[in-house]
Amino acid sequence: METIVMEHIRLPKVENVRLIDTVTSRRASVGTLYLTATHTIFVENETEILTETWVLHSLVFSVEKQASTTTGCPLLVRCKNFQVLQFVIPQERDCHDVHVSLLHLSRPEHYEELYCFSYNANSDREDRRKAWDFINLKAEYSRMGLPNHLWKLTPANHHYKVSDTYPADLYVPKSATPPVIMGSSKFRSRGRFPTLAVFPPTQAAICRSSQPLSGFSARCLEDEQMLEAIVRSNPRSDFMYVVDTRPKLNAMANRAAGKGYENEDNYSNIKFHFVGIENIHVMRNSLQKMLEVSEAHFPSMSYFLEGLESSGWLKHIKAVVDAGVFITKAIAEEGISVLVHCSDGWDRTAQVCSVASVLLDPYYRTLKGLMVLIERDWVSFGHKFSHRNNHLNGDPKEVSPVIDQFLECVWQLSEQFPCAFEYNERFLITIHHHVYSCQYGNFIGNNQKERTELGLQEKTHSLWTYLWKNRTDYINPLYRPDHSQTQGVLRPLTAPYCFKFWGALYNRFDRGIHPRQSVMEYLMAIREETQQLEEQLASHEMASSMAGQEECWYKGQQYARTEGLMM
Amino acid sequence: MEFAELIKTPRVDGVVLRRPFQPTVEGTLCLTGHHLILSSRQDNTEELWLLHANIDCIEKRFVGTLGTIIVKCKDLRVIQLDIPGMEECLNIASSIEALSTLDSVSLMYPFFYRPMFEVIEDGWNSFLPEDSFKDLESMTDEWRLSDVNQDYCVCASYPPLVAVPKDVDDDTLRKAAAFRHAGRFPVLSYYHKKNGMVMMRSGQPLTGTNGRRCKEDEKLINATLRAGKRGYIIDTRTIAVAQQAKARGGGFESEANYPQWRRIHKAIERSSVLQESLIKLVEACNDQSHNMDRWLSKLEASNWQTHVKEILTTACLAAQCIDREGASVLVHGTEGTDSTLQVTSLAQIILDPTCRTIRGFQALVEREWLQAGHPFQQRCVQSAYGNGSSVKVRCEAPVFLLFLDCVWQILRQFPCSFQFSEHFLVLLFEHAYASQFGTFLGNSAAERAKLKLSQKTVSLWSWVNRPQEAQRLSNPLYEANSLVIWPSVAPQSLLLWEGVFLRWNRSSRCLDEAYEEMVHIIEYNKELQNKVNSLRRQLAELETDDPLQHTE
Repeated sequence: METIVMEHIRLPKVENVRLIDTVTSRRASVGTLYLTATHTIFVENETEILTETWVLHSLVFSVEKQASTTTGCPLLVRCKNFQVLQFVIPQERDCHDVHVSLLHLSRPEHYEELYCFSYNANSDREDRRKAWDFINLKAEYSRMGLPNHLWKLTPANHHYKVSDTYPADLYVPKSATPPVIMGSSKFRSRGRFPTLAVFPPTQAAICRSSQPLSGFSARCLEDEQMLEAIVRSNPRSDFMYVVDTRPKLNAMANRAAGKGYENEDNYSNIKFHFVGIENIHVMRNSLQKMLEVSEAHFPSMSYFLEGLESSGWLKHIKAVVDAGVFITKAIAEEGISVLVHCSDGWDRTAQVCSVASVLLDPYYRTLKGLMVLIERDWVSFGHKFSHRNNHLNGDPKEVSPVIDQFLECVWQLSEQFPCAFEYNERFLITIHHHVYSCQYGNFIGNNQKERTELGLQEKTHSLWTYLWKNRTDYINPLYRPDHSQTQGVLRPLTAPYCFKFWGALYNRFDRGIHPRQSVMEYLMAIREETQQLEEQLASHEMASSMAGQEECWYKGQQYARTEGLMM
Repeated sequence: MEFAELIKTPRVDGVVLRRPFQPTVEGTLCLTGHHLILSSRQDNTEELWLLHANIDCIEKRFVGTLGTIIVKCKDLRVIQLDIPGMEECLNIASSIEALSTLDSVSLMYPFFYRPMFEVIEDGWNSFLPEDSFKDLESMTDEWRLSDVNQDYCVCASYPPLVAVPKDVDDDTLRKAAAFRHAGRFPVLSYYHKKNGMVMMRSGQPLTGTNGRRCKEDEKLINATLRAGKRGYIIDTRTIAVAQQAKARGGGFESEANYPQWRRIHKAIERSSVLQESLIKLVEACNDQSHNMDRWLSKLEASNWQTHVKEILTTACLAAQCIDREGASVLVHGTEGTDSTLQVTSLAQIILDPTCRTIRGFQALVEREWLQAGHPFQQRCVQSAYGNGSSVKVRCEAPVFLLFLDCVWQILRQFPCSFQFSEHFLVLLFEHAYASQFGTFLGNSAAERAKLKLSQKTVSLWSWVNRPQEAQRLSNPLYEANSLVIWPSVAPQSLLLWEGVFLRWNRSSRCLDEAYEEMVHIIEYNKELQNKVNSLRRQLAELETDDPLQHTE
């Protein structure tokens, strides 16, 4: 693979390149640009301390060669982690070569070319394998109390027979027989039949699926039985909600293609509800618009606020949180089970199930809990990371910031409940970074089947163990497990003014706009110092009690000893 | 006494108080000369004590015989009182209306308020111009304290004592005063110890359409320049607005007559525009029915954040001229009592670490706002709900609130560099609009002297500077920072001041808990430090002391 990659590098090194500060667009540093198999590296000349900028090829979103000027040829590199780098390369030919090289390097054709397969490849195989067990979904389901007298583990999808985008292990109502599961799966897009997503302490459950293939009038007895089985597995209620996360118009349009949504007349005991989250294309464009606004040079306040509004980004974030709040109310207050779906059930459905989980269960507000949650709702249930995050050279229309939005929802909630989350903003930003970086194997491929075939657990590292090892960096100093706001269900306010622009992520590399002093970092430093003080105190106390004993002993001996021996 | 005449119904039982995010309280409503009081007569229930002066406007509604009064306060809170009986409700409403719009200053509550706390330090004497001049004298001998305005004749809005260049005599000052708006001749605002540069402020020059000039005015400001050095004049108005001012006798310094000065125009809006902006902003914040698009578009349309950005940008410019360019600066707009003071006071927050302490900030407010003649009483007569029904010329404007908002923005960006917390800024906002203290009464030093405020009322600073209060207002994160602090003015860096504008529109419980947790973390750390230090000392003593001496 290395050789294939190396072929793409037309020019490994260019000197006298200028890196322009995109915020002020005035300051520039001069240095040398290197292209390696995995990174673009810019090394600044003539600085006291070695200043280097490293950019992973897999993080490159776009490379744009702009019109030459007298000072050189500008090359604009936009990254998926929102870093924007503007290089000016003296020779147009060199710029062309770097441009073409980067285009190839940042859009690999094969999984094997991704960074995770070469990153730290020589470490011990067994250690690496074990590290993957750190986040274990079997343990997660048993933490939720599964299986139990209402829900069972079904072998239906072993070897991915029923749905190639679902995980192998799935939980269904105890009364759901194999024919019901099979029949239901045939009536759902991509075979994604209704299955358990979350089982909160109340007996109401959150289930997920894809849309039914109902068209204008089709029905499926087994699918209806499947939903009936879900209703019956909640003894507290005799009906359930079916939440279609799409705008009603989109769902109706799907009917023409033989898909659609559940007809309340055919399913006894369901209440149907649309929540109106837009599709991946709307979200992709919305993010692009917002980024244009956040990258503008010296924007006026009106430009910024108007741009933020017209991008629609915060509106979409609010829609996801609102959907999560709806489900949380159904589960926690009404005790009613919910089935969530969108079209395929791997984008909006994942967002909404995850947000509801975070609201319902304090466990998902801990470091490990969030890892488990992402592993369960996103990785195992077939969120198409490779397509959505554009890991390989693929269809640009498949790209969408779906998981970005989930991470932002969590951030928005943490702003309202500053003590309720064990993790801090940096944790969310780091996860965001690595969802795109391809440095770890967690988010490679589009579903469990693909991941197993790629042998990721044998060939790559897991992000979660890395994050866990460095967890002191990610702990929210304000978190206290016994806080009233930490426990139980979160009930956020979702008035529009509760949602803010997340500058720490979208302007992550524009240091100039961030607060110059960080309360979070200050408190983290204090906490660390406090820990050291506690240790010192313990050792001093021990020393002083020993010294005290010595002193008593000495007093007894003082007439018997000479002073010279004392010290 | 006239209050009794205004109170038609002093007491109504069975009144229900409704406030967002707080439980409903039923109780007895009482009206006194200065307060609206709701008492549930139960021990554990919170009561409402509202100053009439805090009431911005009221609205009445009737459903059958149940009347409802919506009380909108100057601190932006909105409360609802359900009053059984139409007559009672009407009586209460008309009394509140009358009592909250008293014309005479001397009927205001500060004249009746007797402190329930011991006044340790009389705030009226805490920040005298003489004292601040002593600080200046310790740094430079180029300035003197002039009493040319002793009887407020030269400039009605200036204090009796002002700092001016040593070489300029009082006669020159008088002539310069005649050439400046409302007699506001250039005076010292700030001396930058680091390089000896100064910031001055004044009213606009009265050049008029004929381009009048005044040699004394030129002499006065040139006296602040070092040989061969140029200074900057920051005109807070756009060039177009400044040009228009000529037609009304005002104007700006021409290059020809002030060759040693470079003039820069900025675009801070006039006070009437700011008032409109506040009304729109608060309306947007209070409308819960908004979807995201409408909220953002109303926030944008209010222009409030634009004003914050413009004011901060201008203050940064002034600070830059002084600290980075090493030049002296003269700041003025039209009157020199509003945007000018926003700029000069914020520039000092940026440049001078003293202004970021609790006392230093009080001194700044005293010097740059109260003594400098910001017309508090006029500007704060109404807040965001003022309906403008009064026949008088409207002169209310949130000039001081915008200043506090800008300070909050800097505080948010430098959360460890201020000795005070956001609470202090909110407290000043509240007291500027309605208070038991006399500090913000009147429009100028002359008016305050005439009202004998220092004898008849208590100063806010007497309250604030008591140890318990100072402790409450202090910032647990504070670590003295002697540097100049440059805030970012990018739109992403300037947030809506939630502590004021969303204060009543959400529950603050979780944020308060977070604040307490932060205080707890820091205090626990300090406690451990003390323990470790004292143990260390004990150990050291044990090791070095003669045990015989030690035990005795």
